[in-house]
Amino acid sequence: MTEQRNEVQIPGDPALNPGDEQYFIAARNGSLLVGACRACGELHHYPRCLCPFCWSSDVELKPAAGTGTIYTFSVTRKGPDTPYCIAYVQLDEGPIMMTNIVDTDLDRVRIGQRVRLVCVPTDGEYAIPMFSPAQAGS
Amino acid sequence: MAINDHAYIVGAYEHPLRYAPDHSVARLHAEVAKGAVEDAGLSKDDIDGFFCAGDAPGANPWSLANYLNLRKLKYLDSTDMGGCSYLMHVAHAAQAIAAGRCNVALITLAGRPRSEGISGTQVRVRGANLPESPYEMSYRPVTLNLYAMCAMRHMYEFGTTPEQLAWVKVAASRHARHNPNAMLRKPVSVEEVLASPLISDPLHRLDSCVVTDGGGAIVVARAEVAAQLHRPRIRIKGYGETTKHQDAGKIDLTYTGQAWSGPRAFEAAGVGPGDIQYASIYDSFTITVLLQLEDLGFCKKGEGGRFVQDGNLVAGIGRMPVNTDGGGLCNNHPSNRGGMTKIIEAVRQLRGEAHPELQVPGCALALASGIGGAIGHRHGAATLIMEREA
Repeated sequence: MTEQRNEVQIPGDPALNPGDEQYFIAARNGSLLVGACRACGELHHYPRCLCPFCWSSDVELKPAAGTGTIYTFSVTRKGPDTPYCIAYVQLDEGPIMMTNIVDTDLDRVRIGQRVRLVCVPTDGEYAIPMFSPAQAGS
Repeated sequence: MAINDHAYIVGAYEHPLRYAPDHSVARLHAEVAKGAVEDAGLSKDDIDGFFCAGDAPGANPWSLANYLNLRKLKYLDSTDMGGCSYLMHVAHAAQAIAAGRCNVALITLAGRPRSEGISGTQVRVRGANLPESPYEMSYRPVTLNLYAMCAMRHMYEFGTTPEQLAWVKVAASRHARHNPNAMLRKPVSVEEVLASPLISDPLHRLDSCVVTDGGGAIVVARAEVAAQLHRPRIRIKGYGETTKHQDAGKIDLTYTGQAWSGPRAFEAAGVGPGDIQYASIYDSFTITVLLQLEDLGFCKKGEGGRFVQDGNLVAGIGRMPVNTDGGGLCNNHPSNRGGMTKIIEAVRQLRGEAHPELQVPGCALALASGIGGAIGHRHGAATLIMEREA
């Protein structure tokens, strides 16, 4: 299979619901936020107005380190604007989130691979949290 | 309330078309409604319960009730859980009948995604106000890659191979060659599946179901009504339903909601996986079948790959005949929703009306499973156990 090093496409702003702004503004500033419950201590993703584990309303957004491990992935090779790599990444803090793996040879993406946060600016106001391999050239 | 002594499947009909560019969706619904009611030996004004899902024009019952001019309705249900909606409808109809709310329930499904050019690699926007959309849609989740990510994880944890997944398609194709209406009638080999284009790793084009126009319908009736009809009576013996999602970040893609709905259905029916003589297993993709066979207890978790290989799902050859109509993988997946055709083929097997080459001898106990949505993020699951009354 030929090497397919994907070009990161510039995404548009996602259509936000009220309350989603803080997460995407933080991403524009290079930070990934996760939901954190002050009552039970659990972290969650995506952020909610209540803790999805104990339903406490005492929740906040906390910055994650931006490092994690690929839980699973798939390189989509047919269809509009292919190839691209969708994945679930497990953050070092625990939660698993949907994302894209970018800026790497897509044929070398593996489950268990260490990845780091790349916030890809949209063509509008925000950025989208994505990931690429933790070591350059890996 | 126990449902299993009150309601029977008395009518079933699958539309013969797989490509219907000149049919409206309402016409397809009407043709399958008429087919199922005639199959039961009933007439239009016997229908006093009507069930439809998101494929119905307007996504609720009033437009089709108007088109079909159903005038006696006293029970309505538009539960929409994607492709498994129709298994839920059968059970909900049985519950409504057991509760005395209606006597004859009609369930219809129809659509024309093939004519409309809908495929599994398109991003489908499913509605406004979805809380997860801002956190997902930028990553371009599509039907194919959401299922592919589950296959990838299963391979990683359990050593499942692309060849084993391909066996699910091979089995379906060996059944479909006997079905004159099937969209894909040519038997394929493991090698041919693996040589078909890779759509989203590790799933190939031939790991995927067909995209078809058409539809199907079921009629569920009260025991007293069923007793007066001249059709084999198929009792609804057990049922379970659920939804499985991302658990707020504690995601586990190695199993489906069948792991929860299946045991409830078996418990209600008072039988176990080893008692099932025929199974219609929802087959949007090869991986969908493999995961559910494990989750329903036909084999242990992680052993699905070994279970499906070497023709074990082929009627007359393997231990567990699955999807003898050719399934969604080869026969029909109308409106991108495979649950209706799963029930219909189980009814054919229980009536002894499957193709003679594929009929399970003396088939008296069958299971149908349904999945709606995508197992990679959010899905519904329903399990239905049916018995032919001696």
